Amino acid sequence: MSYLSEQLADGQFVVTAEIAPPKGTNLAPAFDEAKKFVGVTAVNVTDNQGANMRLSSLALAARLQQSGTETILQLTCRDRNRMALQSDLLGAASFGIENLLLLSGDHSKFGDQPDARPVFDLDSVQLLDMTAGLMAGVDMVGKPLNGVPRFFPGAAANPVAEPFELMFQKVAKKVESGARFFQTQAVFERRAMERFVNAMLPLGVPVIAGVLLIRSGKMARFLNHNIPGVKVPDDLVERLDKASDPMAEGIAIARETVAWAKDVCQGVHLMTLGHEDKIPEILA
Amino acid sequence: MINSELKPLEDLHRALSDFSRLFLVGCAACATACKAGGEEEVFKLQEWLMEQGKDVTGSVIIDEACHIMRAARDLRHHKNAVHEADALVVLACGSGVQAISSNVEKRVVGGLNSMFLGNVRRFGHFEEMCSLCGDCILNETAGICPVTTCAKGLLNGPCGGMEDGHCEVDPEIDCAWRLIYERLQTQQRQGVFARRVPPKNWSRRRKPGRYRLKDGES
Ligand code: SF4
Ligand code: SF4
Repeated sequence: MSYLSEQLADGQFVVTAEIAPPKGTNLAPAFDEAKKFVGVTAVNVTDNQGANMRLSSLALAARLQQSGTETILQLTCRDRNRMALQSDLLGAASFGIENLLLLSGDHSKFGDQPDARPVFDLDSVQLLDMTAGLMAGVDMVGKPLNGVPRFFPGAAANPVAEPFELMFQKVAKKVESGARFFQTQAVFERRAMERFVNAMLPLGVPVIAGVLLIRSGKMARFLNHNIPGVKVPDDLVERLDKASDPMAEGIAIARETVAWAKDVCQGVHLMTLGHEDKIPEILA
Repeated sequence: MINSELKPLEDLHRALSDFSRLFLVGCAACATACKAGGEEEVFKLQEWLMEQGKDVTGSVIIDEACHIMRAARDLRHHKNAVHEADALVVLACGSGVQAISSNVEKRVVGGLNSMFLGNVRRFGHFEEMCSLCGDCILNETAGICPVTTCAKGLLNGPCGGMEDGHCEVDPEIDCAWRLIYERLQTQQRQGVFARRVPPKNWSRRRKPGRYRLKDGES
């Protein structure tokens, strides 16, 4: 059993963080970063995040897992068809990776190889269904597996998406398909998160709130324009613009979010984008 | 219809550099309707080729260039002009180009890029609404195709990139799933939201497609 699944089952407040594989084969910086994850239960390893080509998330997750860092393997439907997804999942299990974050994935258009053909042979609901099948000992066509993987599958949600009911229908499907926890897109407003968590209550699946460290007003505007699903509210952009030390202000905003998240949901997912050394301050 | 557009002229120029005498072929169906390979465009191409110092030995607009036998017949009617040419330039979709290339020994240069099966929104505005997946889900999705009009072809609802009902890939267009959701609501039914849609059967779309009417149908 992964620590993440145990702590969530125990009702503890969990902290997850994330790490992006390198563009290249040098894993040393990633291992250094991993050492900075103090007070973190598990680390997401991103999968060609933002459709930018990197070393495979499975490879880095396996290496981190072997060196004692618990990981959450992110797997998207953008770059693999159903055969590749199944075999990567079995491969992940062979490395002892249990926690999964199963995603559709950002469109290739956003990344550094926009000419690539996006795959999307499955969507995230179907990927969750397939994972449930593997855990029950069968592949997608019902053939028995020799050696059955154990996973703790999670899914993503964007609590501020509108129309809310439409977004939530998909979330409900993900739960039916075996999502055992949710990590959300970066959230900034307590009210929006409360609405989402209240809707989740009857489904009984824990929610981990996405907390993004924003270093400046400029970065906030960039996120608003370029990152699908991220909406930094105007008042926060203004706070960052006016701050004499925008990084300190960004840390303060993240810390405030963590504080209310403790009342609202079951954990936070810290997206510090290379500033892992700030994690202790955010959690302080 | 099949939407196509003229290739960039530099590309055409390069593709034609080895030839000086050309026979031109247009298509009276789709390529005419989307103003890429009709009478008018074939004429413009002829003018441009002559500016480039090429000879045009003749031209024909085939009723439906994708009809292999009809294309053969029309080319036979222009046997001499075709014979005089070094190559044929075809302003039709990729199907049309291949109907021609399967009927002549000569080099065939396609002049268009074929894009998609397009609906006409209004004159000159085309939209892809069906990508011919072979396994149609429209009856569950209120007549709106997510395979095509969702940029990711998702089958179980919107992705996390939907913002205020717009698509992450192009904020100018509506998220397909918002449109499906709204129309299902108007129709007061759950449709595709009532179940988890299983993965698509892409074997229905195995390439190349082949289809024959059964005996008695043709
Ligand atoms: S589901 Fe979409 S792509 Fe497939 S046949 Fe129907 S309309 Fe065309
Ligand atoms: S925003 Fe909507 S239409 Fe665009 S990719 Fe996501 S689900 Fe598909």
